[in-house]
Amino acid sequence: MNHWLAIGGMMLLTVLIRASFLVFGQRLAFPDWLNRALHYVPAAVLSALVVPMALAPAGTVDISLHNAYLPGIIVAALVAWKSGKTLLAIVVSFVVYGVWRWGLGL
Amino acid sequence: MMHALNRRALLLEGARDTVPMLVGAAPFGVIFGTLAIAAGLSPATALGMSVLVFAGSSQFIGVSLIGAGTALPVLWLTTFVVNLRHALYSATLLPYARDWPLRWRWPLAFWLTDETFAVVEHRFRTKGTDGGQWYWLASSLAMYGNWLFWTMVGVSLGQSLPGLATLGLDFAMGATFAAIVAPQLKHRPALGAALAASAVAMLARGLPYKLDLMLAAVVGVTTGLLLEQWQKDKEQTA
Repeated sequence: MNHWLAIGGMMLLTVLIRASFLVFGQRLAFPDWLNRALHYVPAAVLSALVVPMALAPAGTVDISLHNAYLPGIIVAALVAWKSGKTLLAIVVSFVVYGVWRWGLGL
Repeated sequence: MMHALNRRALLLEGARDTVPMLVGAAPFGVIFGTLAIAAGLSPATALGMSVLVFAGSSQFIGVSLIGAGTALPVLWLTTFVVNLRHALYSATLLPYARDWPLRWRWPLAFWLTDETFAVVEHRFRTKGTDGGQWYWLASSLAMYGNWLFWTMVGVSLGQSLPGLATLGLDFAMGATFAAIVAPQLKHRPALGAALAASAVAMLARGLPYKLDLMLAAVVGVTTGLLLEQWQKDKEQTA
């Protein structure tokens, strides 16, 4: 198989998908319902990325003291919710995660 | 006309906000590099894939399909399905970028990843788009440089670092996503969208080609819309 040909096709498809709306959709006027729908994309996608990581970091559900992802991510969400400060939330959650994972010897 | 200092501040800010994503993506870059060599790609094609495709999940699947000798149409179809979620990001960011010239929109589209989408969309929604293309550019370039660097490390190692995958650096990414999403959930429909998407993501996890993510996004967004409509109807009748 020609690897460069394989990569060329992958590049073309990937960039066309990413450019779909940003480059080619300039004149598209979205109907009202679609505009409203797009507001929910970040909440939906980011939750769908985070929740499985917190509850099942290795693929199977793990709600135990050995799963440092769970307390770390809960703390990140809580601090961000309370303070609205993303950076603070990340730093605090990292400390919790690190201590939980490497400090407690669980 | 934007002040040069302002531009530099925006670039710095975009890069800084992306730092946790860089930490999270680093191990995957190394693992990709080593996997690509193991699958029979040359160092040049392995690095070339990171330079030209720049999409982690589809690169992982791509090299394993190439290693297995899969026919090109299958490889390309898989790439298409895995990356389909980027069309959602592209649509979500379009309202902010609609009036920017093509010389901005093309490269920013090329560099659009999950991570940069999360960081940039958050910034635009909370702080507006003023000078936002510089912020976006910095986030993109940071992710791109990081990915190329760690791919190179993986390629030159040619073998996986023991324990790298289990080091848990991807937590940095998860924490950032969580911190970005949490404040949005104060609105009832957004909370519903998040809960529905999470439930689907848990039930469908392990579906191939990132279809779990796509399915979760569709169900979550639909739930948000329905709740919003329901709220409106209730206010009208009240």
